[in-house]
Amino acid sequence: MSEDKFISIEGISKRFPAAAGGLTTVFEDLWLSMRRGDFTCIIGHSGCGKTTVLNILAGLDASSEGTVIVDNQAIEGPSLDRAVIFQSHALLPWRSVMGNVAYAVSSKWRRWTKSEVERQSQKFIDLVGLTGAEDKRPAELSGGMKQRVGIARALSIEPKILLMDEPFSALDALTRGTLQDEVRRICVETGQTVFMITHDVDEAIYLADRIVLMTNGPGAVFAEIVDNPLPKERKRTDVHKHPLYYGVRNHIIDFLVSRSKAFAAEIEGRGYDRRRVPVVRPGAPEPVIAADTSMSGPSLSDLKQELIRGRA
Amino acid sequence: MRGEGLRMTRSLTFRATLLSIAIFALFVTVWQLATMGSGPTVPMDPEYAKLVGATASQGKSAMPGPLDVWLKVWEHLKNPFYDRGTNDKGLGIQLAWSIARVMAGYLLAVAVAIPTGFLIGMSPLMSRALDPFIQVLKPISPLAWMPLALYTIKDSGLSSIFVIFICSLWPMLINTAFGVAAVRKEWLNVARTLEVGTFRRAFTIILPAAAPTILTGMRISIGIAWLVIVAAEMLVGGTGIGYFVWNEWNNLSITNVITAILVIGIVGMILDQLLARATRLVTFPE
Repeated sequence: MSEDKFISIEGISKRFPAAAGGLTTVFEDLWLSMRRGDFTCIIGHSGCGKTTVLNILAGLDASSEGTVIVDNQAIEGPSLDRAVIFQSHALLPWRSVMGNVAYAVSSKWRRWTKSEVERQSQKFIDLVGLTGAEDKRPAELSGGMKQRVGIARALSIEPKILLMDEPFSALDALTRGTLQDEVRRICVETGQTVFMITHDVDEAIYLADRIVLMTNGPGAVFAEIVDNPLPKERKRTDVHKHPLYYGVRNHIIDFLVSRSKAFAAEIEGRGYDRRRVPVVRPGAPEPVIAADTSMSGPSLSDLKQELIRGRA
Repeated sequence: MRGEGLRMTRSLTFRATLLSIAIFALFVTVWQLATMGSGPTVPMDPEYAKLVGATASQGKSAMPGPLDVWLKVWEHLKNPFYDRGTNDKGLGIQLAWSIARVMAGYLLAVAVAIPTGFLIGMSPLMSRALDPFIQVLKPISPLAWMPLALYTIKDSGLSSIFVIFICSLWPMLINTAFGVAAVRKEWLNVARTLEVGTFRRAFTIILPAAAPTILTGMRISIGIAWLVIVAAEMLVGGTGIGYFVWNEWNNLSITNVITAILVIGIVGMILDQLLARATRLVTFPE
């Protein structure tokens, strides 16, 4: 049970004081749980509060209400257990590639000698394919290489969770593709638990095991969790050939184009339970709600049980 | 392309140097012509002419010409460290006194301004609390402190060091506070996610990130300190390049005054260039 709730977001809200007085609610009463080793993507329009959710998970921001529990512990501020890959890569420009990674490593293992720190850093610099660029400064690197350093830095501290805030959005399409491949490879090989924000539908389908659809703010909610039907072993060149690929893609795009705006009207009178976000497995041609809240319980078939993963 | 670019810069440097030399030559020529004698003014006895001097007999300006100044400079360069009593010391000794005072006051100011600037930059509370004091103290002419310093410290040398301290303080303090407060949030977030403690954060993130701004403040400060030391030494007297200028004015040795002005300019330039080089060392490309 606790494996099912490795990360558990429990009723978090975020409110800001509005300009005209009173409060603006970015999102309210969000519930979500993630299993260990899962790759979860959140997709939604800009301004819906995705980044705030990630920052709360990272401990960089505090929620107005609710808590986040990671590995049975409520989070209080940032932690070395949760590494962040920033959208803007956030490298320290006065340090070399090695210096940037070593800074993280020596922050995690404070008693390590210089050679131990360098060995660990080198391992992850090699992993992201930057061997030979150790002494370069960030200013001498291309955008893709900078983000590789960001990835190496985050992975080098061997975190329980990897948090990524649109890590590839600032890159050109070719570099983005290569980096997605490598991130997927590394995460599958190491069984890394990942929580990622994106607004790129194909990226979400290629990378994630589960895709959380977030409605537009203010007052955003998690509308659905799309259970990705693609096999764990997937190739960028083949994903679009999977029979369910376009079903999933169309479902997400439909959501982003229309349902994300009108979700409040959609759920009116349907008894939407924020604590049990419906898990769907869209197939061609029509998305099917695999598990409706009202149907949850022992009466469901085994297949459906399997689909209600990540629930209480 | 690259070679061509290099050639262009080289020719630009070459032309600029040529122009500089031309301007200098023009200046020296005009100076020479303006101060040159116009020949005998009135017929007079050579013995008498020697007595009244070239100004009266030859119509020569009281202002020394470039050659006079150059000979004086050469004389000082040959023997910069002589000491023939209170009012007759070599230019080197006087400069050494001034530089020592500037360094003492300046380093004291560094020791106070940088930690205080860090405090102000890191704490919005301290920033707000100290702001009115800084705003009032900053525009005070450093020399206005002199009587108060003389009265409390009771030592003219230490008082001039204090004046240097107070005038170097503000640019460094303000630049440090600004540099520290302007450190990018994302770098601070990196430190936060890595659970880096306050001290390590100050030295490994904030200091390197704010270093270019801090060094710029230090460069402004050394410039001001060098401006102020001349005035301060004129007031307190005794030793130093400022006192030398005033003393030579009292001796009516305009040649020495001009020599001192030249030397003050050159030393100021060297101090500025040293700090500029240090700033380049800590500046990081982004």
